[in-house]
Amino acid sequence: MQDATTLKEYRRQLREALDNDFQRQALDKFAVAYRTSRANAFAGIDAPELIAEIAAAKDVAIDHLEELFQEFKRHAEAAGTTVHLAATAHEANEIIARIAKENNVKTIVKSKSMTAEETHLNDHLEAEGLEVTETDLGEWIIQLRHEGPTHMVMPAIHLSRYQVADLFTEVTNKKQDVDIQKLVKVARRELRPKFCQADMGISGANFAIAATGTIGLITNEGNGRLTTTLPRVHVALAGIDKLMPSLHDALRIIRCLPKNATGQAITSYVTWITGAVPCEVGPEGKKVKHVVFLDNGRMAMAKDPEFKQVLRCIRCGACANVCPVYRLVGGHKYGHIYIGAIGLVATYFFHGREAAKNLVQNCLNCGACKAVCAAGIDLPTLIKEVHARIQDEEGHPLYSSVAGQVLKNRSLFHTMLKSARLLQKPVTGGTPYLRHLPMFLFKDQDFRALPAVADEAFRDRWEKIKPHVTNAKLKVALFSGCVQDFVYPEQMEAAVAVIATKEGVAMEYPMGQSCCGLPLMMMGEKKAGRELAAHNMNAIDAQDFDYIVTLCASCASYLKHGYKRLFADDPAMAYKAAQFAHRVIDFSSFVRDVLGITDEAFAGPDKKVTYHAPCHLCRGLGVTEAPRALLGVAGLEYVPAEEEDVCCGFGGTFSVKFPELSKELLTKKINNLKATGATAMATDCPGCIMQIRGGFERDKTPFEVRHVAEYLAERLKRK
Amino acid sequence: MTTPNLVELLTQKASLVSAVVRPVASMDEAMAYVTDVCVGKEACQILASGCDAPLSDTAEALCETKQEKIICAPQMPAEAMETLSGLCAEKGIRLITSGMRSRLGGIDIGLTMAVAGIADTGTVVVRSMSEEVRLASMVAEIHIAVLPASSIVADSYALEPTLVEWMAQPDYTAFVTGPSRTADIERVLALGVHGPLELHILILEDK
Repeated sequence: MQDATTLKEYRRQLREALDNDFQRQALDKFAVAYRTSRANAFAGIDAPELIAEIAAAKDVAIDHLEELFQEFKRHAEAAGTTVHLAATAHEANEIIARIAKENNVKTIVKSKSMTAEETHLNDHLEAEGLEVTETDLGEWIIQLRHEGPTHMVMPAIHLSRYQVADLFTEVTNKKQDVDIQKLVKVARRELRPKFCQADMGISGANFAIAATGTIGLITNEGNGRLTTTLPRVHVALAGIDKLMPSLHDALRIIRCLPKNATGQAITSYVTWITGAVPCEVGPEGKKVKHVVFLDNGRMAMAKDPEFKQVLRCIRCGACANVCPVYRLVGGHKYGHIYIGAIGLVATYFFHGREAAKNLVQNCLNCGACKAVCAAGIDLPTLIKEVHARIQDEEGHPLYSSVAGQVLKNRSLFHTMLKSARLLQKPVTGGTPYLRHLPMFLFKDQDFRALPAVADEAFRDRWEKIKPHVTNAKLKVALFSGCVQDFVYPEQMEAAVAVIATKEGVAMEYPMGQSCCGLPLMMMGEKKAGRELAAHNMNAIDAQDFDYIVTLCASCASYLKHGYKRLFADDPAMAYKAAQFAHRVIDFSSFVRDVLGITDEAFAGPDKKVTYHAPCHLCRGLGVTEAPRALLGVAGLEYVPAEEEDVCCGFGGTFSVKFPELSKELLTKKINNLKATGATAMATDCPGCIMQIRGGFERDKTPFEVRHVAEYLAERLKRK
Repeated sequence: MTTPNLVELLTQKASLVSAVVRPVASMDEAMAYVTDVCVGKEACQILASGCDAPLSDTAEALCETKQEKIICAPQMPAEAMETLSGLCAEKGIRLITSGMRSRLGGIDIGLTMAVAGIADTGTVVVRSMSEEVRLASMVAEIHIAVLPASSIVADSYALEPTLVEWMAQPDYTAFVTGPSRTADIERVLALGVHGPLELHILILEDK
């Protein structure tokens, strides 16, 4: 459980987690294996379509939770189940304790339930003098260790066989072997008597089907079946969001959940229980059966247009499986009770602001979670939204509100950047990097070299290089983003040269443009971000252009998707944003798909180039082929690198806030790039270039890191 | 899909998750298979469940609960039971149909009739309102399910109307796919953590 009170304390805890070698290796191995097993599991299945179906079905259910609850209750009660609705976690615990008392229960076995973790049910029941035993192997292990899960599906993934063997030795009072097969059998034998003796079984529910009053349980170990069969009382505790209209909805989720969670086609057991079933030791030979639904803020969330999609979550844990940050620090540091990307959001709603406020800042916004989510939840956006809400509630940190004030004022911001050019002279030492920074300003930032501001910004070069086009067939606005404007203007120049090879393309660089606003969203400065977006849409009148081309993956993705979201509550502006977004295109797609540039334009010696896929291009915009294909068109030999689409660790302001994590991700990226044997890398994002080039510079490894546009430009045939 | 194709697909998918799948021409053949498996088993295969590892005193006591080979076959068709009881008597196996609650330490084989098979996941569907059926299929070291070939459907959607019908009254139905498994320690697959260590599916060629 993550419990730091300040960001400083949280960072200290993160550094501790980084030192946990076993966990790091275990999560690394898992992350790599997961990708393959998931792909195999979904082979021959249209995963995006299945996910869209699940999202749509869950949305319908979320809009009708009250009716579904009434319908479930009617059917379940007709079949002998008592149905409860608990407003809060405490109320749910009290209901379950009362059921135990009324039935003279002393011992309880539990099948895994995240909802029970959410309510701290065990603590409550134990305080009432009841003995509670978790029966899922992973859950039992962490219960014995008095800690929470580090993964939704594999709660004890952070522990080694040695730790488990020591623990079991303690529990059994007999020396246990480290052999995993034997340890599992020890658990089987130790837990079997618990099942036999228990008076009450508590389970979660993966589904609650309103049409029949049935609950569905998904397990691999079979403990769910024993828990719901042996004791005379069965209580299922489920979030009210587990309600769905029909069995079909549940069957659909089963097609996806195990595949997305662990790469299994289906779990060993899926159990459907309707009503009070026969039970030899129950009163009148029947089970005492209760279902407790937990609200705990869910009903309010269901009415929140932005956050209702959180309730779509089917608890597969995939968002953690692919998260680069989770992979580094594990679930105890990347979650409170619920872990991973969904945990960052859920924590705020289920466990409050205090528990969420540090956690929620620890997101790269790389979009890996969104791309894999079984229910199509836009997790990165929601995480940033929670961050913004917390800041609105708690007050904005000084650096953050200052950034908001500066960035939304274009002339002030650009004046500051130009002054930086003069002020940096003493620290560049004549190199393109900031060499001698006063370190109090950039503590922990020395894992990469930071670039200097360019001598002349792109905006100041534009008039000199602007191609003059008569008979324009296509009108294009160039959006540079701050980094390419002020730090890497050569990337923009390269793009202009490449685009100019096609006749009839009129390019304009609207001078009023400013920062896209993504850094403000990363800092939770939503209000300033809206003003900035409006400013940009005003500076570039979308109606004047066929395309708005940008070389920055992050800007492109944010202009295309972020602006529409910012104005979701303002129809007129939302329409304008949609018009704007419709024209936004990334450089590689524009050159390949719109201009249709061919190999005739290029000449030059063959050269090996590897590629880094920027998060906001490959996932944010779904562009994967265009840049790689362009390298080939230009006559370069593209050599794929391992984990090409895993974040380089930049994440904009993330790398400033969490330098230790950023450094680890960068190191991994650099190692993967080196392993290709190439000595040049192309990408589509100046932020990634800043990070990776800076990393190689600090690493003292000669490695060329440039924008795809630059590789194309240097190979253009001279006319 | 035709029945032979469904049988093939189910066989393939179930084998992928460590289930043993065998075609049988008749119930008699199925019963012979069941007793053969029981005979071929170690005298007390509860050993395989961890007796060879040092156990706490309370868990050790479980061993006392079983001294002979036991097959539990609740709710099997009468004719099959007749064959089975003959075979068990011959081979010195104790055959029971009820009383599973006094055998929670474990039995050798739980024999059930599956009501359906789901080909695309290699699943057998065991409808188990009867507590004896539920326990036999969970507490046994080996679960053997007889699955009529004609009851195999392509995917779970095809079974939906039937399931909904069952759910109209109190019901306990399970999709069983392979033996009980876990990967909770270092993600290493281990079979038989709580439920059966083995699942055998006997596909009955019915006319």
